[in-house]
Amino acid sequence: MTTVDISAVKSSAETLIQRKRLMAFGLPAIVLAYFTYIFFAFDIAGLAQRADLDKAITLASDSWSHKVHVTRTNRTGEMTYAFEGERKGEYPEGERPAWVSGTDIIEIDLGDGHIVRLLSENRTEIVVPNFGTITAQAEGRIVTTNLGDDIPDWINASDRRVTVTTDGGRVTMTGTKTEVFNYFAGWELFWFTLESPYYGVGIGKILFGPQIDADRSNIAGAVSDWWNNPMWRHKDIAWAIGETILMAFLGTMGAAMIALPLAFLAAKRFSPFMVIRAATRRLFDFVRGVDALIWTVVLSRAFGPGPLTGALAILVTDTGTFGKIFSEALENVDSKQIEGVASTGAKPLQRYRFGVIPQVVPVLLAQILYFLESNTRSATIIGAITGGGIGLMLTQAIQTQKDWEEVGYYIVLIIVMVMFIDWFSGWLRGRLIGKKG
Amino acid sequence: MAAVLVAIGRFGEYFMAYLDGTSAPDVGTIRDTYVAQVQKRRLYSGLALLVFVLLMVSGFNVADDRNAGGFWDGLHQVGDYPAEVLSEAWERRASLPGLMWKYFPSLIETINIAAVSTIIGAMIGLLLSLLSTRGLAKWPRLIPVFRRCSDIMRAIPEIVIALVLIFVLGGGPVPAMIAIAIHTAGALGKMFSEVAENADLKPIEGLTSTGATWAQRMTLAVLPQIAPNYVSYTLLRFEINIRASAILGFVGAGGLGYELRNSMAWGPGRFGEAAAIFILLFGTIVFFDQLSSRFRNRLTEGQGQ
Repeated sequence: MTTVDISAVKSSAETLIQRKRLMAFGLPAIVLAYFTYIFFAFDIAGLAQRADLDKAITLASDSWSHKVHVTRTNRTGEMTYAFEGERKGEYPEGERPAWVSGTDIIEIDLGDGHIVRLLSENRTEIVVPNFGTITAQAEGRIVTTNLGDDIPDWINASDRRVTVTTDGGRVTMTGTKTEVFNYFAGWELFWFTLESPYYGVGIGKILFGPQIDADRSNIAGAVSDWWNNPMWRHKDIAWAIGETILMAFLGTMGAAMIALPLAFLAAKRFSPFMVIRAATRRLFDFVRGVDALIWTVVLSRAFGPGPLTGALAILVTDTGTFGKIFSEALENVDSKQIEGVASTGAKPLQRYRFGVIPQVVPVLLAQILYFLESNTRSATIIGAITGGGIGLMLTQAIQTQKDWEEVGYYIVLIIVMVMFIDWFSGWLRGRLIGKKG
Repeated sequence: MAAVLVAIGRFGEYFMAYLDGTSAPDVGTIRDTYVAQVQKRRLYSGLALLVFVLLMVSGFNVADDRNAGGFWDGLHQVGDYPAEVLSEAWERRASLPGLMWKYFPSLIETINIAAVSTIIGAMIGLLLSLLSTRGLAKWPRLIPVFRRCSDIMRAIPEIVIALVLIFVLGGGPVPAMIAIAIHTAGALGKMFSEVAENADLKPIEGLTSTGATWAQRMTLAVLPQIAPNYVSYTLLRFEINIRASAILGFVGAGGLGYELRNSMAWGPGRFGEAAAIFILLFGTIVFFDQLSSRFRNRLTEGQGQ
């Protein structure tokens, strides 16, 4: 028996361990160095100044709450009451919220002892517990208050505009108008707007109570009023989500249908001519490399904004990806089955149909369904660029910078949509090709 | 597997019937059942195909209706814009290298966004996957929680987080980076945990017997087993993230996409810029695709993929 050369084994083991150690310490060091570079390249230190915390707070609180504006126009003395200050959310003539009372002196109860009184001659009185009473007088374009020089930081006062923000709400006074915002939790008017007869009626009464609107049955009327809600636009949103899913569906399926025959041309086994094979492969690489972003830009020039453009952008990009995946799947086909089919005297087309297709279908279906889910996400983004679907609505809602509750609503819907498509494609895959494992 | 069990079960029934003296079903009945099955299957496939065709056709019509320009009107114009850009770029081909140099920093930014978010996403995804895999999880009861976590992170399209963060943090690479990192963490968390499920548990048992902590078990027993697949998936994500970071630039998050939108807004006369950006983007995507696919092939070699 020969003795193993221990020193050689030892030294080789040592170099191996040395190398592993170098990896173990070197890799984190490289990552750390890279992050340090990024820290300066992305100016993370300057981020603190650029970041606007107030915006974040507004966003976070507005996305789950709503406010009611009480506005007095100083010139005419006219009062308006509206949800979010929008025309569509105005209280009908002669109606107002229950926390507003009085006729000559209008008293607004903001809760917890915060009271705002709109007095005659454009005077305003704000009672703040543990602070006192603030009075303000608007004359022409000037607002004068009884506040001295020592103003707490929740009051923002200048000659032209005085803003008082308390726990109960916010009061803004200018020469032209006095506005009181009262904040509440929840998404108001989500079901019905104020002009709908079903506003404020419980679900039990709508389902089982007496007929509310003489022209329509309760359920039909309530559903149609909800569906056509002008504040929340449920109908438009449903259409937008449908458009987004449609883009993903048309794009994915269209790409698969175009890529399958092309994949045969790119697979070594089925395409004897090198030139055709190489040309098809380069075509796949090209359309994949150009990327959905550039395709979207190019196609929207030809087809204009809309869901079709998005669908075509997805279609073109994914034709490349599918072509690559499909041709790889076709290369790995087992030739025994094809031989078996050929031995029965099958013609080439029949050989493909019964020898090849059954082998590749599970792989292709799994890929297509996986891409359907991922394309639903892409369609949201592409929609924001080409102008279609829920992506566009989200972008618009964020750009207006005030309808944060709608932004919250859209985000929830988008996540639900993607998770639904994910679940659905998984379910379909299970039904069509059996569960994994 | 189930099919085999059923077949064994059937055989057992026939065998018992044979022992009892009753006869097994004759060939004719078997053939009839088979033909009936095939016909039923054909009917279902035909119906499914019909539904699919209907969906495609009606879907196409709806999309066509809601689009600003029709499909058939636009089809012959597809080449117009690229032709315009390319011819203008060709006229000014002398200035193209200069323009490409001008946009090179934006390209670096786009790649950096993708790289950082991939690294951060992969690290979070690794943690999520280990915490949500049976047999490896530190807190087995919390497995569903971590799974849902990565599901939700995966479901959020990058643009949602990016737009919200652009509002709060202002434009620039950071919102895009965070948005892509979150999505990457969710996506890799799921893929990683599928790999981790197949990890051999024996090394873990060995380490447990020496009193190793959870972190030690994971780094020393699990990571070496799954590292090649992890790195391969991470590289694949990096390819995807380069595209994502270019697209997010288009909605205001810095990098090459942002420059592309600006140069597009100028319209004719400045197409040289757009062409330079197109070339840079195309070249980058193809370059990193090739690079990562070469690496991935080397990593997964001999694993029977």
